[in-house]
Amino acid sequence: MNSLAKTLTIRSSPHIAAVAGVDTIMFNVVMALMPVSLYAVYAFGLSALLVMVTAVLSCVLTEHLLCRVSGRVTTVGDWSAVITGLLYGLTLPPSLPLWMVVAGGVIAIGLGKFLFGGLGGNPFNPALVGRAILQAAFPAAMTTWPVYEDRPFAALPTSTLTLPMTVPQYDGMTAPTPLSDWKFNQVAASTGDLFLGATAGSTGETCALLILIGGVYLAARNMMSWRIPVGVIGTVAVLSFVLNLWNPDKYAGPWFMVFSGGLMLGAVFMATDMVASPMTHLGGLVYGAIIGLLVVLIRVWGGMPEGVMYAILIGNALSPHIDSLIQPTVYGTAKGRKKELAKGGAK
Amino acid sequence: MRHLLGTKTFAHGIHPPEFKADTKDMAIRQFDFASLLIVPLSQHLGKPAIPIVGEGAEVTRGQCIAQPDGFMSVAIHAPATGMIRKIARSPAINGKMMPAFFLEPFPASTQEMPGGNPCDAETASKDEIIAAIQQAGIVGLGGAAFPTHVKLKVPDDKQADLVIVNGAECEPYLTTDHRVMLEHANDIMRGIPYVMKATGAPRAIIAVEDNKRDAAEVMRKAIPPGQPISVEVLPVKYPQGAEKMLITAILGRKVPSGGLPIDVGAVCINVGTTAQIGALLPSGQGLQDRVITVGGPGVRRKGNYRIPIGTPLRYILDKVGTEPNVSTVVMGGPMMGHAASSLDIPITKGSTGVIAMVDDQTDTMISRHEYPCIRCGHCVDACPLFLNPSQMGLLANVQRYDEMASDYHLMDCFECGCCTFVCPSHIPLVQKFRVAKSAIRKAKAAV
Repeated sequence: MNSLAKTLTIRSSPHIAAVAGVDTIMFNVVMALMPVSLYAVYAFGLSALLVMVTAVLSCVLTEHLLCRVSGRVTTVGDWSAVITGLLYGLTLPPSLPLWMVVAGGVIAIGLGKFLFGGLGGNPFNPALVGRAILQAAFPAAMTTWPVYEDRPFAALPTSTLTLPMTVPQYDGMTAPTPLSDWKFNQVAASTGDLFLGATAGSTGETCALLILIGGVYLAARNMMSWRIPVGVIGTVAVLSFVLNLWNPDKYAGPWFMVFSGGLMLGAVFMATDMVASPMTHLGGLVYGAIIGLLVVLIRVWGGMPEGVMYAILIGNALSPHIDSLIQPTVYGTAKGRKKELAKGGAK
Repeated sequence: MRHLLGTKTFAHGIHPPEFKADTKDMAIRQFDFASLLIVPLSQHLGKPAIPIVGEGAEVTRGQCIAQPDGFMSVAIHAPATGMIRKIARSPAINGKMMPAFFLEPFPASTQEMPGGNPCDAETASKDEIIAAIQQAGIVGLGGAAFPTHVKLKVPDDKQADLVIVNGAECEPYLTTDHRVMLEHANDIMRGIPYVMKATGAPRAIIAVEDNKRDAAEVMRKAIPPGQPISVEVLPVKYPQGAEKMLITAILGRKVPSGGLPIDVGAVCINVGTTAQIGALLPSGQGLQDRVITVGGPGVRRKGNYRIPIGTPLRYILDKVGTEPNVSTVVMGGPMMGHAASSLDIPITKGSTGVIAMVDDQTDTMISRHEYPCIRCGHCVDACPLFLNPSQMGLLANVQRYDEMASDYHLMDCFECGCCTFVCPSHIPLVQKFRVAKSAIRKAKAAV
């Protein structure tokens, strides 16, 4: 009698599976965000670090508490709340009062994710939901940008520790972002500064290079659809190139448009949120192109200098419709078959 | 496009680990006869065969012991010289109880196999070849166990212009077709003319995946001069061994939804089946054993064995030795094979492999936490039929089976398991589709 007298496990095939699970993918996204997060601390100092840590903690704790309150097993282990928190933190001004950061984090997870059933249910990118509400509630604080300081670790801006429900006071110098500088003063930042992140802006949006490195890493590991950022960036580049040719004084060139503001961060890490973006390759390109088009429309003809957040949220809303319009043609069905008949293959 | 790139394959599909290195260089060895062989009356799709010998009968190896019941059925032959102890129900791999011969081989017998009525490819007519294949008990040895003679009978209104001899063998672990191509090239070359004549197809292509270049080379050399037979080496991809995928890879044609390969002029036949036709028909013998890969991390003496039909799993695993932590025994490949519920289940004509999986492997690779669908689209990317497994999975959760079939082509799914393999949320998609398909079939049958 051999050792197989013990009970056999019965299951339905396949009996092997690919190794990367949801938690692995999410963890890799966090890793891909590390370079840009570390750079944010380097560029904007202690306040940026506090903003990001607060954002992550508020999101993770909100997720954990909501799970406990609703009697579910906590889902913080899948890393998705960490990503939401980190992405959300990266979109905030580095000197934003921390109590506002907490408020937005609770909204991001509670309203943007949990209300729709948690992971997999959210129609919008939760990080952007949190940010959008903050933008509506605190427009001044959300558009005040500290200057790139020489010694950002020496002290905290007083705005960071503003008491809840009070108006933040800014003690240091503030500066316009490249986009608002262009919109209101017609001054364009140098492409090199934009690419390397030596400008004012949200904590994680300034350094295009590091965002691209993270994106390439994820795309190479098949953990992100490269078609979406290509759709977004390509559309913005082409449209702004055309507009710039037509009237270079009024419309900024493609390099400026692509590397300024939240475009890179949004295209690479926000629009690609798997849950809120289309599933097919073609759908991803179309979705990216729509977001790119909206970005240009808002930036050029809208009232604000920046429009990536709204463009992505609108794209999110359209995503299910793109998915139902662009379905893969099933093998051997009508659309696929006409070609076969034309080739004379079918008898 | 694919022709411009010079790589013939189909779209989508996956690249699972191959796990073939252990056994691909191991020559086929004859397996011993177990003290009791369990030979089911139904080893093929279609009606079970009708026994023509009773309990207590003494039979000779290769002797016909059950006759086909109608056209969708094949004969069954004694896998050993011995005595029929009883005809009784026995568990099958699908969990059902099936009637079977319980055959006790005579230990003293030399197990000589006498010949029968030879069928010559040159002189026999189409119908004679088809009848001979049915009488020889030959079914698709690639795992489907579809009666081969039914497949080779081309309807009057259709025409076959190509026979595809399927040596793709894309399932991980399995190396039987690989070894048969290396060691039984002549049987394959003898079998192809029978298939071509029966179908009326003017040419044949032997399709081999790129990880079996040695087999492709042996095949190429074995083609008799002047024969309209060629060898096509395809890139390695799963599920290339599936008929539809293979036809698309080689011809660029797509079998219509709900249709058969013959609708696009092709007939696919497994390379092992072809070898059996070439080995059995010239001497008029019946199918009574087959080549099986016994492998997986739980097996000590892995290899490719020629095993008599009816050999119980327990006997095989005892002989080859197993590790103490075997948790699942899979019959067939790991992508589409069935997990055995009992070790008294016998090898049948459709068995391609016996794979013993071990605890830690199955735990880390399968029984993991299931997350909600995050709409990553990996399943949509993997499905070789361009179905939408994610959407169908959501519909299956709320039992909207009819909608899955009418709007999402559920019934086209051939359960290759690519969607489940790639799903990062570990959602058992193909398993849900099996449940849905069987519910739909049941509802149809009840009407």
